[in-house]
Amino acid sequence: MEYILIFIAAVFVNNVVLAQFLGICPFLGVSKKVSTAAGMGAAVTFVLTIATLVTFLIQKYVLDAYGLGYMQTIAFILVIAALVQLMEIVLKKVSPSLYQALGVFLPLITTNCCVLGVAILVIQKDYNLLQAIVYAVSTAIGFALALIIFAGIREQLEMTHLPKGLKGIPIALITAGLLAMAFMGFSGIV
Amino acid sequence: MAKLKSTLPNMLLSLTIICMCAAGVLATVNQQTSGPIALSKAAALENAIKEVTPDFDNSPLDEAYKAVTSDGDSLLIYPATQGGQSVGVAVESFTMNGFGGEIRVIVGFDADGKLLNYSVLQHAETPGLGSKMQEWFRTDKNKQSVIGRSLAEGNLTVTKDGGDVDAITASTITSRAFLQTINRAYSAYRGTDAATGATTETATDATTEATETTETTEEGGENE
Amino acid sequence: MNNKVKILTNGILRENPIFVLLLGMCPTLGTTSSAINGLGMGLATTFVLICTNTVISALKNLIPDQVRIPAYIVVIATFVTVLQMCMEAYVPALYASLGIFIPLIVVNCIILGRAEAFAAKNSVFSSTLDGIGIGLGFTLALTLLGGIRELLGTGKLFNLTLMPEEYGALIFVLAPGAFIALGYLIALVNKIRKV
Repeated sequence: MEYILIFIAAVFVNNVVLAQFLGICPFLGVSKKVSTAAGMGAAVTFVLTIATLVTFLIQKYVLDAYGLGYMQTIAFILVIAALVQLMEIVLKKVSPSLYQALGVFLPLITTNCCVLGVAILVIQKDYNLLQAIVYAVSTAIGFALALIIFAGIREQLEMTHLPKGLKGIPIALITAGLLAMAFMGFSGIV
Repeated sequence: MAKLKSTLPNMLLSLTIICMCAAGVLATVNQQTSGPIALSKAAALENAIKEVTPDFDNSPLDEAYKAVTSDGDSLLIYPATQGGQSVGVAVESFTMNGFGGEIRVIVGFDADGKLLNYSVLQHAETPGLGSKMQEWFRTDKNKQSVIGRSLAEGNLTVTKDGGDVDAITASTITSRAFLQTINRAYSAYRGTDAATGATTETATDATTEATETTETTEEGGENE
Repeated sequence: MNNKVKILTNGILRENPIFVLLLGMCPTLGTTSSAINGLGMGLATTFVLICTNTVISALKNLIPDQVRIPAYIVVIATFVTVLQMCMEAYVPALYASLGIFIPLIVVNCIILGRAEAFAAKNSVFSSTLDGIGIGLGFTLALTLLGGIRELLGTGKLFNLTLMPEEYGALIFVLAPGAFIALGYLIALVNKIRKV
């Protein structure tokens, strides 16, 4: 039950993009087509889950154990950067087809703040390992969901006539605002 | 000066040196700031205690002890005494059931168990809605205020749940969670009175006057 | 001299990180629920930007090309952690209200972007100026957005009541308002820039 609550809260109520404002750059950057959005969503799910697992273990067994809490930010970002690189290499060798699908998105993920954000949030919320994993997977699903819905809307937006100033990012932001309003409707169900 | 070539020793050397410098800088700054950080945290807590309890002349922070609520969590209690006489306590209470997760509140009771004041220490409620709790429950309007209420007759609940406290408009979940922190604070406070010393353990360092703490609670009990 | 002034004003107007370059959207949206929070976040980022630009430009010849990105990240993360500890010690209230967005300055694309695009190629002094310029542009944009959201949402500006709170549309303080206000603000800037 507890895990279902974490799941629903992270996917709908506190959606990582629309309520917590993490990962806005890829949200605006790769949401022009549904297919690329789905690819990015999958890549983020992949990286976010593994990164959260590794950073969680590092926090518990290295940083906490040696009283190095102040090295958290620097350690996490290095781990995430290294992990992304490593994954790119492994994926290339092990599964070329998956690499073809996700490859171009991987380098972009290092500077996706939702990965570092979730790694830090998990520590702040004092989750245990299983809760942390559930939270990471749910957050990533929430990210993918918001990204895919948003890409669908933007594909339609391309065909409408807009005032010049609103074209591109401004109308995308306003649309995201309306989407965020829709997601606010979920609030209170947990 | 020419740019270093990307050879393996060069890369390793420059990265190692940069990392070592970074670690050195961080360790120094950490040493410099850990004192002020602890001080500012203690000062914030002490101000909150002053706000919710009557004037006291002891040092509640040093005499803090842990007490168990009826649902099994343990909360910190800061006893306030004036000239050796207990004048009330401040209880640091929390709940995870807020709209945005955790809400931490410090609640002050006088020796009779009447609610004196409260102060929200930490919350992640929606700005403009749930975040109003800081002021809402002490505004003397309709049945909003919880100040001066006695919890001896039972827990506080919102009118929607059959209680007699008006919830914040459009923020019933926050209001419920907030009242839960108050109820838990009271239950922890009373719990220690009932079983004097039994559930008491010093929360700060082991050398704190465990006996003195127990005495304070006993005095609190006598006043009932 | 003229050249230096140009570097300084470049970031504030012509290459404003938010309105023109569209970088660093996460803190822009996440921390601008009030003007004072926007200002605080802007200044925090400016501090990191000036320090990293200066240090990276000073070290640029000592960092081999292939490892420059990890090296930059270490430098950035160091300054962010220094900032984090200083803020926690001396301005705890602001630190609490900006929350997770302080450590997330590390992944703010503006900082790595400026390190890569400017500091790695220019002199130390120019890089410092560029840091100040871009930082001020960022601060300005954040304060402006925070001010607009605070005024429309609660009727206040820097905590001074300008109109009764009942007239405010709360949605501007909440998440959707952040997107919508920024969208219209960028549209407005686009319009002005074209003229």
